[in-house]
Amino acid sequence: MKTQIRISGSGGQGIILAGILLAEAGIIDGKKALQSQSYGPESRGGSSRADVIISDEIIYFPRAVKLDTLLCLTQEAADKFIDALKSAGTFIYDSSQISINPIDGEAIGIPFSELAIKKFKTTMVTNILSLAFTCRITNTVSLYALRKALRKRIKPKYVDINLKAVRLGVRLAEEYLSEGSLLTRE
Amino acid sequence: MSKSKKPKGKPVLMQGNIAVALGALDAGMRFYAGYPITPSTEIAEILSEELPKCGGKFIQMEDEISSMACILGASIAGMKAMTATSGPGFSLIQENLGYGMIAEIPCVIVDVQRGGPSTGLPTRPAQGDIMQARWGTHGDHPVIALYPNSVLECYELTIRAFNLTEKYRTPVIILLDEVLAHMRESVMLPQKDKLKIIRRIKPNVPPEWYKHYKYNPKYISPLANFGEGYRFHITGLAHDENGFPTQVPWEVEAMMNRLLKKITDNLDDIIQIEPFKMEDAEIAIFAAGVVARSAKEAVIIARKQGIKLGLVRPLTIWPFPDVDVEMMLQNTKAVIIAEMNQGQLINEIKRVTKYGHHSKFIKLQKFNGLIITPDEILAKIAEVK
Repeated sequence: MKTQIRISGSGGQGIILAGILLAEAGIIDGKKALQSQSYGPESRGGSSRADVIISDEIIYFPRAVKLDTLLCLTQEAADKFIDALKSAGTFIYDSSQISINPIDGEAIGIPFSELAIKKFKTTMVTNILSLAFTCRITNTVSLYALRKALRKRIKPKYVDINLKAVRLGVRLAEEYLSEGSLLTRE
Repeated sequence: MSKSKKPKGKPVLMQGNIAVALGALDAGMRFYAGYPITPSTEIAEILSEELPKCGGKFIQMEDEISSMACILGASIAGMKAMTATSGPGFSLIQENLGYGMIAEIPCVIVDVQRGGPSTGLPTRPAQGDIMQARWGTHGDHPVIALYPNSVLECYELTIRAFNLTEKYRTPVIILLDEVLAHMRESVMLPQKDKLKIIRRIKPNVPPEWYKHYKYNPKYISPLANFGEGYRFHITGLAHDENGFPTQVPWEVEAMMNRLLKKITDNLDDIIQIEPFKMEDAEIAIFAAGVVARSAKEAVIIARKQGIKLGLVRPLTIWPFPDVDVEMMLQNTKAVIIAEMNQGQLINEIKRVTKYGHHSKFIKLQKFNGLIITPDEILAKIAEVK
């Protein structure tokens, strides 16, 4: 099986790091993984996206097309990439940043950056928070693998806060799943 | 269940640029000079960290002209040396690249291609430097350029580039696509002790007998290290066996011939080309680098639909695999030449297949900063009829 995921937002949000963690987790789960990226010449503020493909077979084409899952953290990214989502794909977005039109498929809006500020007093963990949420909702990689990847790739002094963000992300996903998708569907 | 506990490596997630840097380190490269430029920066970044740890030297120069001069100097003193850059820097490297060729100094140059000309598209892919790699520096000269298409190949071909440069005493270029340089994929690196590492031939004569460019039927003469008692002269001027400038026609001719012959006499060793499902292919794709990945996917999709599609992919792009390409494309009725530029490889294909060859050439050229997709290649099949 081949799963194609796109994580998108603006430069500086840690989009590519989130992509790397997802791919790394895929490998830890024993699958083939490929992460490619596209960003503007500016290091902050420009659009940024990471494509992750996780598959049981060799992955040739390095970009994600017909996305199974799209995670957007900015309005610009949502406008740009929503068409790449395949029908019945899962669309997850930061509802504190994005106002979205209904789409064909599942659209899940969670105020990730607002929650990050409220709980952690920084938007720095928005990427990890939303990634953990996405992982649990879509079941692409195991939580064990995600946490292991995080410990491997993130500077030791930031591991703690990010593990907390993972916990929050997973809890949000559990809540969402148990209450049924109708509740937060836009 | 058997209890075999073979030390099997685990796959790791690795970036193309990092694989190049690791390949260079494992090949014994201990001197890097460069000027950071997107999309090649990670190579400099990791080497600035790793080289001092293993007794190597990393130096950031003021530009690419001096970077190139710097690695030539280091190499002549006995180091395996490398620089990495992108289009704008590759332009600056050209002058001293020619110097490295005429002076026969081993070194490796990595060019991570981005959109051009000039500053172009710093963060987007293009394959516009293929001809620059061939003819960028002035004058007649043969060139060795390698073109990987996976992270594993980034590692393997970097080691191969060092082996070739040391063996043939000529600079070797590695062409990389931005997408490959920046993408990460699962890769299992070969075990270090299984690597084949070639070192340059050292003189086995006393210093006073040593001739830097002594004639030899294989055209490759031993290279002494500067500063170890072997006195020799290096110049960018046409030179004789001792390295001193000459205008004597037969000496100039001999020098030019050795530069050419050491490559053309060893094509079998230098050229690597990969056919993919070409045995019964009616339509072939010719693509290099990351475009070949799209092409491979296109081949797999087309085969499922019963279309006999194949792929020819050069790993050695220069010297161009003339004979291999001609033979592989012999029985095809059409060739799709897919490249991220305005048409550089297509002319090579036309050149090598001109004798009695009746393939139809279909061009697929994209130069807008986006990678060619499998769908775009498949759409070209409709043009075959």
